[in-house]
Amino acid sequence: MSQQGYVATPPYSQAQPGMGGYPAGFGSTPAQPLYRHYGGPPQSFPAPPTGKATCLWSPNPPVKSSVYVFLPIGLHQVQVTRASHWNCLCVTGQFGGQMAGPGMAGPGMAGPGMAGPFQGGAAQMAGPPQKKLDPDSIPSTTQVIEDDQAKRGGQVYTTNLRGQVPPLVTTDYTVQDQGNASPRFMRCTTYSFPCTADLAKQCQVPLATIIKPFATVPKNETPMYVVNHGETGPIRCNRCKAYMCPYMQFMDGGRRYQCGFCNCVNEVPPFYFQHLDHMGKRVDFYERPELSLGSYEFAATLDYCKNNKPASPPAYIFMIDVSYANIKSGLVRLVCDELKTLLDNLPREDGAESSMVKVGFVTYNKILHFYNVKSALAQPQMMVVSDTAEMFVPLLDGFLVNFQESRAVINNLLDQIPDMFADTNESETVFAPVIQAGVEALKAAECSGKLFIFHSSIPTAEAPGKLKNRDDKKLINTEKEKTLFQPQKAVYEQLSKDCVSQGCSVDLFLFPSQYVDIATMGDVATHTGGSIFKYSNFQVERDGQHFLSDLRKDVEKAIGFDAIMRVRTSTGFRATDFFGAIHMNNTTDVEMAAVDCDKAVTVEFKHDDTLSEETGALMQCALLYTTISGQRRLRIHNLSLNCSAQLSELYKSCETDALINFFTKSAYRAMLNQPLKTVRENLVNQAAHMLACYRKNCASPSAASQLILPDAMKVFPVYLNSLLKTGPLVGSAELSTDDRAHQRLSTTAMGVEDTQLLLYPRLIPLHNMDVASDVVPTPVRCSEERLTDAGMFLLENGCSLFLWLGQACPPELIQSIFNVPSLAHVPVDLRSLPELDNPQSKKLRSIVDSLLDQRPSSMKLLIVKQKDRSEIMFRQHLVEDKGLHGGASYMDFLCYVHREIRQVLT
Amino acid sequence: MATYQEFIQQNEDRDGVRFSWNLWPSSRLEATRLVVPVSCLFTPLKERPDLPPVQYEPVLCSRANCKAVLNPLCQVDYRAKIWACNFCFQRNPFPPSYAGISDVNQPAELMPQFSTIEYVVQRGPPTPLIFLYVVDTCLEEEDLQALKESLQMSLSLLPPNALVGLITFGRMVQVHELSCEGISKSYVFRGTKELSSKQIQEMLGLTNSAASGHQGRPMAPQDPAVTCRFLQPVHKVDMNLTDLLGELQRDPWPVPQGKRPLRSTGIALSIAVGLLEGTFPNTGARVMMFTGGPPTQGPGMVVGDELKTPIRSWHDITKDNARHLKKATKYYEALANRAAVNGHSIDIYACALDQTGLLEMKCLSNLTGGHIAMGDSFNTSLFKQTFQRVFSKDYNGEFCMAFGGTLEVKTSRELKVSGAIGPCVSLNAKGPCISENEVGVGGTTQWKICSLSPSTTLAMYFEVVNQHNAPIPQGGRGAVQFVTQYQHSNTQKRIRVTTVARNWADAQSQIQHIESSFDQEASAVVMARLGVFRAESEEGPDVLRWLDRQLIRLCQKFGQFNKDDPTSFKLSESLSLYPQFMFHLRRSPFLQVFNNSPDECSYYRHHFVRQDLTQSLIMIQPILYSYSFHGPPEPVLLDSGSILPDRILLMDTFFQLVIYHGETIAQWRKAGYQEQPEYENFKHLLIAPLDDAQEILQNRFPMPRYIDTEHGGSQARFLLSKVNPSQTHNNLYSWGQETGAPILTDDVSLQVFMDHLKKLAVSSAA
Repeated sequence: MSQQGYVATPPYSQAQPGMGGYPAGFGSTPAQPLYRHYGGPPQSFPAPPTGKATCLWSPNPPVKSSVYVFLPIGLHQVQVTRASHWNCLCVTGQFGGQMAGPGMAGPGMAGPGMAGPFQGGAAQMAGPPQKKLDPDSIPSTTQVIEDDQAKRGGQVYTTNLRGQVPPLVTTDYTVQDQGNASPRFMRCTTYSFPCTADLAKQCQVPLATIIKPFATVPKNETPMYVVNHGETGPIRCNRCKAYMCPYMQFMDGGRRYQCGFCNCVNEVPPFYFQHLDHMGKRVDFYERPELSLGSYEFAATLDYCKNNKPASPPAYIFMIDVSYANIKSGLVRLVCDELKTLLDNLPREDGAESSMVKVGFVTYNKILHFYNVKSALAQPQMMVVSDTAEMFVPLLDGFLVNFQESRAVINNLLDQIPDMFADTNESETVFAPVIQAGVEALKAAECSGKLFIFHSSIPTAEAPGKLKNRDDKKLINTEKEKTLFQPQKAVYEQLSKDCVSQGCSVDLFLFPSQYVDIATMGDVATHTGGSIFKYSNFQVERDGQHFLSDLRKDVEKAIGFDAIMRVRTSTGFRATDFFGAIHMNNTTDVEMAAVDCDKAVTVEFKHDDTLSEETGALMQCALLYTTISGQRRLRIHNLSLNCSAQLSELYKSCETDALINFFTKSAYRAMLNQPLKTVRENLVNQAAHMLACYRKNCASPSAASQLILPDAMKVFPVYLNSLLKTGPLVGSAELSTDDRAHQRLSTTAMGVEDTQLLLYPRLIPLHNMDVASDVVPTPVRCSEERLTDAGMFLLENGCSLFLWLGQACPPELIQSIFNVPSLAHVPVDLRSLPELDNPQSKKLRSIVDSLLDQRPSSMKLLIVKQKDRSEIMFRQHLVEDKGLHGGASYMDFLCYVHREIRQVLT
Repeated sequence: MATYQEFIQQNEDRDGVRFSWNLWPSSRLEATRLVVPVSCLFTPLKERPDLPPVQYEPVLCSRANCKAVLNPLCQVDYRAKIWACNFCFQRNPFPPSYAGISDVNQPAELMPQFSTIEYVVQRGPPTPLIFLYVVDTCLEEEDLQALKESLQMSLSLLPPNALVGLITFGRMVQVHELSCEGISKSYVFRGTKELSSKQIQEMLGLTNSAASGHQGRPMAPQDPAVTCRFLQPVHKVDMNLTDLLGELQRDPWPVPQGKRPLRSTGIALSIAVGLLEGTFPNTGARVMMFTGGPPTQGPGMVVGDELKTPIRSWHDITKDNARHLKKATKYYEALANRAAVNGHSIDIYACALDQTGLLEMKCLSNLTGGHIAMGDSFNTSLFKQTFQRVFSKDYNGEFCMAFGGTLEVKTSRELKVSGAIGPCVSLNAKGPCISENEVGVGGTTQWKICSLSPSTTLAMYFEVVNQHNAPIPQGGRGAVQFVTQYQHSNTQKRIRVTTVARNWADAQSQIQHIESSFDQEASAVVMARLGVFRAESEEGPDVLRWLDRQLIRLCQKFGQFNKDDPTSFKLSESLSLYPQFMFHLRRSPFLQVFNNSPDECSYYRHHFVRQDLTQSLIMIQPILYSYSFHGPPEPVLLDSGSILPDRILLMDTFFQLVIYHGETIAQWRKAGYQEQPEYENFKHLLIAPLDDAQEILQNRFPMPRYIDTEHGGSQARFLLSKVNPSQTHNNLYSWGQETGAPILTDDVSLQVFMDHLKKLAVSSAA
């Protein structure tokens, strides 16, 4: 796209004039310094070529470069009509010549200092919406969610139909597996693939599936069946090695079957033979999960084990940084105390009496201390390894033990660790050797496992993987910005490989007080199916509970180890790209040191050939892994999609939440290799192409000024806009590089639910909740306009949880929730709600608890008072508004996208 | 004048010195013709209960390159208060403290009976003794248990203020911290990675980062708390350490079928050396290494871990087929030299049925004065008592061990020192009295002996340098002064000075005198040491040939014979035993590798080059006692003829103590006569050798292997292999049937050996 219209704006030079125009929502407080950083650097969306000045979306050229005084062309009117025939939404904009002065910039509007993506372009043209445009008239995510919940909530979703679009992730439904994997396991961007590569290219809708192989299944749905095909192992197609599944077509009286993936005709092994009924269905169809279900497991034979040796139960190794920072913050004591009880809750097989998982302990600073906690010992023994250059494990017997057996010694150890290092003044740490030690330990014990690393600071001690501070804000918005996100050293790359080959997952708990280079430190975790948790400036009183609940969830959650995943497809298309906390040695095998119930892999498909509408598109995801008790299993998920030569079919069965998951992951990956500007442009471009293609091919002719969105994608722009405003993509020096890197990395393994929530947080009004009912109040749109001075709101996005208190919040409510007489008395450093015996308090706490329960990681509750300093953090999450660090409001973005679409169409 | 026998004995008792010749030939040419060099056996710390040390500093000659100590041989001008050095003839004034000196008021060092005198000097702060245990954990459970008990027991034997440390090794090496409360802590090192001394100290946290900038020089112990983590006074940590030792586990790493356990002996020792080097340089310390097998990994490995490749044998070595030999030897030599430089000695206690790599590791002990003990198992009294005896005490209740010794030799002008053979290393001290002709460890006047016991004996070799045409005036005496500085076990610094002198004699006119001054026992030992020293670097047969040639030349020089008439050959009394010593030496394991593993040879040689004369002679020619009803026990010839049915024999070879019951005695014993009251005398006869053996066992270090056998017993081979095979299957029937027992061997008997010797000595062709 042409870049000629792009105007580079000096970040601060034009800030002042716009400041006066802050809308009421930001408070009448004239305390500009507080909001000074709201003026982020400009986004790099290109302005349209000036040659199009006559078109409705044309910007006026800048008068001066320092102060942009534009004559924005307001959006007079937006008509929202439902094109019934196309079942699509037309957003029609008509633009009159009425001008809005710069001083009239409304909420969410850019003062020039707050330049959004429409810098020098459309942003300034959008008139004050309060006058011109009803925000309620543009597609609302909360409305879409509400509608779907109303339509499909509480119902049973039966997976018996090919290409059936499942309910939204936010909807509450029950799945009945009848031959296709539950959408909890696999969710696609579209459930109707285009038949040809040309069509796919034309529409640019990504064809992807987000697979969460270990997704938690609600209690009321059937658990996974385990199928055992005996010594020969699971029955597989001879040619493509697909596993026996509902798509195998039995023929010849049941003696042979045709593979649904490669069409190869295979003999049925004698022990597996069964007669067919008059429909050609095997008589034992309903007795065999692998014939009737979309998801099931096979018991794996020795052939599926490493070195043909039976797998052993995994081990959890707790590695605690005992350098000065962690001792001083009280973290070490906190962890040690917690482990004493936490280890009773190690994951176990259903029905097993105790967990088979072994545990081991390491503490470290510049050197590593291993502990022998053999049950026979009276006292634990410490073994120090100071040779960090070539790490090794100093002991075998007694390092990894059963907690139940060694409880006394372990408790003894955990009691002693905080005291042993109480007087430390060692502030340097190593990091790569710590992981190496864990891998070596697992190698020596011949098992897979997980490392829980509690680390404080950037590893500067002389050892492999030593890091230096390279946080250079000057790089932001330059070609080199991507280097901030690239891992620093080859050491870590090799380490990831070692980890994966041993089935060693790394979970990183970081407690930094300054830059720690998460881009590098988190590299291993994000390639081994691990997670990164970060608690900046950790203080036990403030963050202790938050951290502990994360730790508990992390230790207790369902998980599989040493996994290899293979996605097989029917002929005509294949999996080409994979996103997730994975490692790939070749182009097909997805290796995961571990995969837990929250980790998802996004798989992109490309056409090889023409797909047939008749047979559809089939996919089988086979995951070979080791269970928590050391059994080798194969988990199979099958899914069948439709194929169509009609693009309208595709657009009809699109899944916005899955789409945005794909876009997020691919954009976050692309930013490692491309300048952020390009990444953002590409995102908008692709979106514009998708929508333009729809308009061109599927929508009924209408005025060019009309913005037409397919119904299934009508809220796609708001998500995309939110994505563009996320920390990693926004390119603002105000954000810490570590935070951006952290968010980037943690997104790589997110499932659809997580990305949906992250990009469109839930804003729950609490002031008028019905205390009598169990239901959570319906969330409102994430916009400042929805807040009321007299209100109280809860906002959560899966990472953060805010309780926003309006200035005029009724004292009675405050009293009942906080047990203080007025808003002014509410302590802002409150980390949990007081337990009060009144309906409001109970209701609110039950809401909070249920939210925390649903999310993979725990969220720290932040109390935010309207117009308080801390409100900034809260406001970042109001994704329909203009971004604090740059980024357009929903409305502006919609206009921008519209312009882009029109450009594509012309 | 007393006989030479008495003279020699008296000198040995007083000074711990035995010279090969007690009259010295006055020219270089004559000296070389005597075949046996002018040499001596010197026992620096010979026990002298009657010699109380004096509490002042010795008076030194003021000439810079002499510095000899004032001694009874010096000429003293009492009036002028001047003394003349008897080595360089420098005239020195007495120091002011000697102002009261006169004919009647002589300081001890001028009195003739104080030719050996010991000074206690105050230099630097007293440093405690250090014992660093280096323990192999790749042992059988039973062995480890026994070893643990021995080690725990040893703690009670150490002086309470001695510092003690513990390193254990198997696949990895663990340095145990002893000061910590509660949790037991150890630093672990990979067993395969060679680390520099500096790295080791850094990894043990012994260097503080601020000070480490000093050009990488190892730091002196600045913070006692830091070093004390690993080396703690026994009285502080004995409980802790006893527990720690008690909890020691076998090396937990699995040993797959067909493999040896991985044993990182090399790294363990390098860490021990590095630790001491960094913390206590130039302080007396003992590294005591206990191992149950060969090093199998890392630097210093002797054999791989595959059981199918056996450890090197003599055959492999001669075929140059011992893969690790050279590398390992080099590695341990480097370590030994580092330890020696710092005055630390290394003991090896190796107990295993197979070889443990002593051949490669021997230099550790040989160069540092450490002990080597070899046994089959730690669970034997052989090991237990040997180990216990390391800590034996003298008549004063002080340990019979001294540390960090340096021995300096000064000679009068006509004599120069060629070298020394013993548990020492050269200090490369240059001086005027160094001979160009190097024998043993030479080229220096000073040697370091890191650890000394009262029996530690060095062989010193001298060269007469006086030219033939510059005769020494009649009545002139040559003098040698030995100055031994050492750290006494009570941490005192001491200097012992021994000054000896012998008369010069003109070999042409006084050859008989010289001949009668020959000390054949001392000569046999010094020649044997030379032979053993050569055997370390040369092929066995070459050494034997060299010994034979020396013997023949000696016989030619001193024998009385008519040319080409072997029957006429005669040797004077002072040489009469010498050929017999040589005969047994040739058969000894010191020179014969047949039937001995390389490790055993190294072990035997190790002890041979450090024991005093008596013990050395026993090693060369074992002693055989006979017990019978015919009379009191008597020493008998080490000959197959002495093996009679109605005798009990007790043989002492130093390394073995064999009690052999003759055929008849054995039958009686079997029949149980000793149980019957009427045969009490038989019972006494049976007990007598046991008692005598017990007495030897009490005092010998290392504990000999005790063997109780009888006629036809398999263990009788120990006796049969030592005795002179005068009766063999070859000549059995030509001898009387009644006497002795035939030995099944093709070795020549003493008789044959002597016949040959005579023949060659008298041959005019030679």
